[in-house]
Amino acid sequence: MDGLADRGPDAVLAAALLAVDPLGLGGVRLQCQAGPARDAWLQTLQALMPAGAPLRRLPQHASDDRLLGGIDLPATLAAGRPVLQQGVLAAADGGCLLVAMAERLPPATAAHLCAALDQHAVRIERDGITALTPTRFAVVALDEALPDDTALSPALADRLGLWLDLSASSVRDLPPVDTELPATVQQARQALAAVTVGEDIIQALCGATLALGVDAPRAAWWAVRAARASAALFGRTEAAADDAALAARLVLGPRATRQPVPPEPEPQEAASEAQPEQPPEPAPEQSADSTPPDAPPPDTPPPEDERTLQEIAELEEQVIDAAAAAIPAGLLARLASGETARDRRNSAGRSGATSASRQRGRPLGARRGAPQAGARLHLIATLRAAAPWQRVRRQIEPDARTRVLVRADDFHVRRFEQRRTTTTLFAIDASGSSALYRLAEAKGAVELLLAECYVRRDQVAVITFRGKAAEMLLPPTRSLVRAKRALAGMPGGGGTPLAAGIDAVAQLAAQVRRGGATPVVVLLTDGRANVSRNGEGGRLQAQTEALSAARALRALGGHVLLVDTSVRPEPAALALAVAMGARYLALPQADAQTLSRAVNGSRSGRA
Amino acid sequence: MSNTFPFSAIVGQDEMKLAILVAAVDPSVGGVLIFGDRGTGKSTAVRALAALLPKMRTVVGCRYGCDPDKPFCGTSKAALCDAAKAGRSALVPVPVVDLPLGATEDRVVGALDIEKALTQGTKSFEPGLLARANRGFLYIDEVNLLEDHLVDLLIDVAASGENVVEREGLSVRHPARFVLVGSGNPEEGELRPQLLDRFGLAVDVKTPTELINRVEVIKRRDAFERDPAAFISLWKKDEDKTRRRIVAARDRLPAVQVSDTALERIAQLCMALGTDGLRGELTVMRAARALAALDGAAEVSDGQIRRIAKPALRHRLRRDPLDDTDATVRVDRVLSERFAA
Repeated sequence: MDGLADRGPDAVLAAALLAVDPLGLGGVRLQCQAGPARDAWLQTLQALMPAGAPLRRLPQHASDDRLLGGIDLPATLAAGRPVLQQGVLAAADGGCLLVAMAERLPPATAAHLCAALDQHAVRIERDGITALTPTRFAVVALDEALPDDTALSPALADRLGLWLDLSASSVRDLPPVDTELPATVQQARQALAAVTVGEDIIQALCGATLALGVDAPRAAWWAVRAARASAALFGRTEAAADDAALAARLVLGPRATRQPVPPEPEPQEAASEAQPEQPPEPAPEQSADSTPPDAPPPDTPPPEDERTLQEIAELEEQVIDAAAAAIPAGLLARLASGETARDRRNSAGRSGATSASRQRGRPLGARRGAPQAGARLHLIATLRAAAPWQRVRRQIEPDARTRVLVRADDFHVRRFEQRRTTTTLFAIDASGSSALYRLAEAKGAVELLLAECYVRRDQVAVITFRGKAAEMLLPPTRSLVRAKRALAGMPGGGGTPLAAGIDAVAQLAAQVRRGGATPVVVLLTDGRANVSRNGEGGRLQAQTEALSAARALRALGGHVLLVDTSVRPEPAALALAVAMGARYLALPQADAQTLSRAVNGSRSGRA
Repeated sequence: MSNTFPFSAIVGQDEMKLAILVAAVDPSVGGVLIFGDRGTGKSTAVRALAALLPKMRTVVGCRYGCDPDKPFCGTSKAALCDAAKAGRSALVPVPVVDLPLGATEDRVVGALDIEKALTQGTKSFEPGLLARANRGFLYIDEVNLLEDHLVDLLIDVAASGENVVEREGLSVRHPARFVLVGSGNPEEGELRPQLLDRFGLAVDVKTPTELINRVEVIKRRDAFERDPAAFISLWKKDEDKTRRRIVAARDRLPAVQVSDTALERIAQLCMALGTDGLRGELTVMRAARALAALDGAAEVSDGQIRRIAKPALRHRLRRDPLDDTDATVRVDRVLSERFAA
């Protein structure tokens, strides 16, 4: 990796790789807050991109018309037939599309980006227009997600080759662009087509995906493309180990879901030590059932000799080491605490779930009316209304200059169905005082509700609180798959930080309401708080805080159901219910079915 | 865009390829739903179909791609295709129509042709995507993100084989027989159960876990991107072979027998799994028959039923939210119970 040092740090190299192969790498996911470091990086990228390559900013809530292309109003009226106006995706052809606050991108917009990246074209079938506009661009997704925030759409993240985390970098880490670098990048761009990536490099990179638990097939592909771009950048005609290492750092490391070396010694480690000529098998999971590397696999020609095999093995180790160095710092801690990829995926789903309800509702077509008070003109419907009268109107007004004679009563406006989805937020007391079997009931109720939510397209979220703090176990979702996965690992035991739990659910309820959905809060607790907000014990302080949190929740408004899970009705729980203006329900022998019915009753009665 | 990755060059994913071939042999199987991990070649497989399938004969000038032998596309079922009177026909690729996200209803079902209405003052129908997909495939990527009302409409048309348009003073009815193919990732939201049931086959795709497969995927894609034309010609032989297999299977299909024993087997299977209605039985029967035709068999055997049971039934099991067992596992379990004896 010494050879790479003279080109600057990885961040600069990432910009250079993207500039060498902007259309082949999909794009970059840039994780950091707005600031000088990010601006410096973007400037570097701009300096390295081909001259004249467009850099388009995608506004956060771009409408489909502007994103994909839509009706060109004046031209359509002048021509008397639908005329297409290109959208932002088509305009970014050959360059970059900059998406600020990418983690908040509405799922539909993210899906459009994905489709355009996949097909290298924008396909439109809307408002009387059918068009296919080829376009290829790199997406620069500025991912400003904080750990507890919504995350970038996983489908989009999967399609971005390079993942770069600048959140710990300062502007001093990004030296000004070397004056020769743009020219080098330019040369590399031309040489790229001739650069080959040998089978050993491909093997090593694919092996590394297994070792790091990177399951997305696209990741291996991006790594190969990145290695090729790197080889071109360093003036090689064939990708070398250094290129593979760089690709592993920029593509595979940030995507890793596990440490390459398992904590307890795995059988294949011992095997590789005992027989050094045998390449170590990379994936811990693979040790039992996969084909041994030295046995010729059925599809590939038998390896030439053991030396090559060992070389590949060494290469692979090198690649894995490089990737391991780029694994985000927090991952180790998360792995240790048992929160693995599941949690990342959960948070990743959040953007989809919450912003789905931010839509303005599904289009319901058009109705007659003037485009005023915020209503948008539905041009096609207007023209259709005007069409039958053209001959008659022309006879009345033979001198009219315009091609199409439109009267005020032809106007049609768009209609949207504003659908209020309901999001049921469960706050579950998972502390030791709530018996463990209560957790099982709560899980069952959540899953039952979720099954019903299919039909209504409603959402469910789960927050648990225990020990010292509250945790978002299941962000708002209607996916049964994700819910099951999240609930399966629900831990129990510890103190009762009731105030923290109520705070968390109140915060989520406010967020849901901002998103345009109606929150319904269901709090399952015995009301016996014993951990205060700052994580310390002390029953009195904890109870006082819980009551004040409950009053804050009441101030937010909305429907709250408090389910008392204690064996005998608990006065503290009743007091809490009164403080938060909740319906109180004592369910000493509640089973999942009863609970689900109760929640449904409260919802349908009030929502 | 004209160069698409060859169908035969897709590494692994045998169940997905099998389901698509079965639907290509017998469209009455009723659509394919491909759900699973990202980047596993779902869209690649479907988009490769147009190049793979044998061309079909159509009436020249017919906007609905009428079959010259059965040229009925008028407003009533018996009305002849206007263009067929000229008696000219041509071979065209089977349409594989992509329904992009964000499509609006007017472009899907068809609408009044504005240009003609404004410039010539005539009322004429401008066919939509459903007309274009007639006799072919309609593909929806990210079907779980599509607007509900569009999905409802598509399923309805796919089931009836006819598109009825009543809007803007138009009253049009035209044939729209197509195989609906949907794909998506369940983590981004699930399909409503009543929609799941309308797809004939449901395939679950997973990321390959073996190193050799992963390497092979990369190598083939690399070769394809370097020189698409050379890659396609390298795979031409395999593609031709698959095409011949489809043609032969279509010819053989009407003659393939389904014995009473096989029907009983299928009914037992569905009863053991507790599927609702008869759609499960019908689909297994049709799909097993198409599979037998692909295999070159004269009669449906247990082997074909076993191979097709998972894609034909896994999405029809009644969901028990409290039972975590994967549907595929449940079908597998019943299969091994029923077929062990």
